[in-house]
Amino acid sequence: MTKQRANWSPYDNNGGSCVAIAGADYCVIAADTRMSTGYNILSREYSKITKLADKCLMASSGFQADVKALQKHLAARHLIYQHQHNKQMSCPAMGQLLSNTLYYKRFFPYYSFNVLGGLDSEGKGCVYTYDAVGSYERVGYSSQGSGSTLIMPFLDNQLKSPSPLLLPAQDAVTPLSETEAVDLVKTVFASATERDIYTGDKLEIVVVNAEGIRREYMDLRKD
Amino acid sequence: MFRNQYDTDVTTWSPAGRLFQVEYAMEAVKQSSAAIGLRSKTHVVLACVNKASSELSSHQKKIFKVDDHIGVAIAGLTADGHVLSRYMRNECINYNFTYESPLPVGRLVVQLADKAQVCTQRSWKRSYGVGVLVAGLDESGAHLYYNCPSGNYFEYQAFAIGSRWQAAMTYLERRFENFMDSSREDLIKDALISVRETLQEEKLQISVCTVAVVGVGEPFHILDQETVRKLIDTFEIVREDGSPAPEPGDAAPDLGEAAPAAAAEEGAAPMDI
Repeated sequence: MTKQRANWSPYDNNGGSCVAIAGADYCVIAADTRMSTGYNILSREYSKITKLADKCLMASSGFQADVKALQKHLAARHLIYQHQHNKQMSCPAMGQLLSNTLYYKRFFPYYSFNVLGGLDSEGKGCVYTYDAVGSYERVGYSSQGSGSTLIMPFLDNQLKSPSPLLLPAQDAVTPLSETEAVDLVKTVFASATERDIYTGDKLEIVVVNAEGIRREYMDLRKD
Repeated sequence: MFRNQYDTDVTTWSPAGRLFQVEYAMEAVKQSSAAIGLRSKTHVVLACVNKASSELSSHQKKIFKVDDHIGVAIAGLTADGHVLSRYMRNECINYNFTYESPLPVGRLVVQLADKAQVCTQRSWKRSYGVGVLVAGLDESGAHLYYNCPSGNYFEYQAFAIGSRWQAAMTYLERRFENFMDSSREDLIKDALISVRETLQEEKLQISVCTVAVVGVGEPFHILDQETVRKLIDTFEIVREDGSPAPEPGDAAPDLGEAAPAAAAEEGAAPMDI
């Protein structure tokens, strides 16, 4: 008697890759704009990056319907926070909120692989990386999504971040300048696009610094 | 005459067909400090008098942002006002989550009114002791509503609630026909003048007055003290000269009485010019 299997799945994987890199006074968040299902492309211009607060952005790959629902949920919670505290949520606060929101659905998870990027309350760059059920840590850089296996080792080689478990505590931010970080992101996505079929079309780069938020686009291979 | 026999419960009618508990709740609104609202085709302005219980304490917050396109001013039991504001904020957030568009003002006031009505028909509840002036903008234009503790609500061109509301209403009744086409600045000036009417002996100072605006292309926000101070200075000086002020028909006695007070207090000292 073989185990009965479901004839449909509530989840789908829309592919794509996300990256975030934290600097001394900036943060770079980037994601490709390809949305796919199976071997088909649904859109070449779908943004995976959303602004959650003034200095806090989230890039998510995975099942975009769950990603959209998660983004709406966090936006609503942020409004409530603003009404109660009369200010924007800081990136670390949003980081904790995202973790709790994900774990809330521990037994029917959001199929969403997130990287949170922005500036902390001191104006330093911060990046938080998550799994689908809310396990998170603050790091200097991270990647998620279908291309992450190709991207992460390269970032490790270029940016090697100290472990958060080290004592005394060491700074997680990258020594790179803002332009160098953006160039690194472009290089990394160009490489991932070569070998990952789900990554490509266009790259959306968002840079957060003291002046505000800046958006940049770069074309990637469309095959 | 028979008030005392029929006023214990909200669920007891009087022989004359009144619910005294609800009327007492409306009395709580009349006893508190004033709140005023006015609207034009494109903007709605709320202004209120902020009383502090003593010199040492902070002023009561009477104006609340409910959403980018809606704000409220309350008069009465401030705690009840907080609770209703929180309810309204939640309703706006939930509507936006489902429909990805702002909650129409008319829908919100109906929900608020029905919420108030519930308290007038339960023996274990009491009415909300707060009157709410709802200022909002939606697809059908700019709106000002007044929600009563009784559960009634009406839309207004201009309205005043709280203590000495009649003084402000007299001024508003004289001027309301012009409001629809007023500019944003004139609307705010009229609001400030109405607030001053309720103050009678006291001077109109920024410390006692709060003003908020919502309009086309302008999300609801409370004006900062500097802006309000400049506006008060402008029309105080204009009134001094008797030149085309927002109200050319203003009676002379008003001019005489407020001007020396303004001169003495405001550093601008128009008397010195």
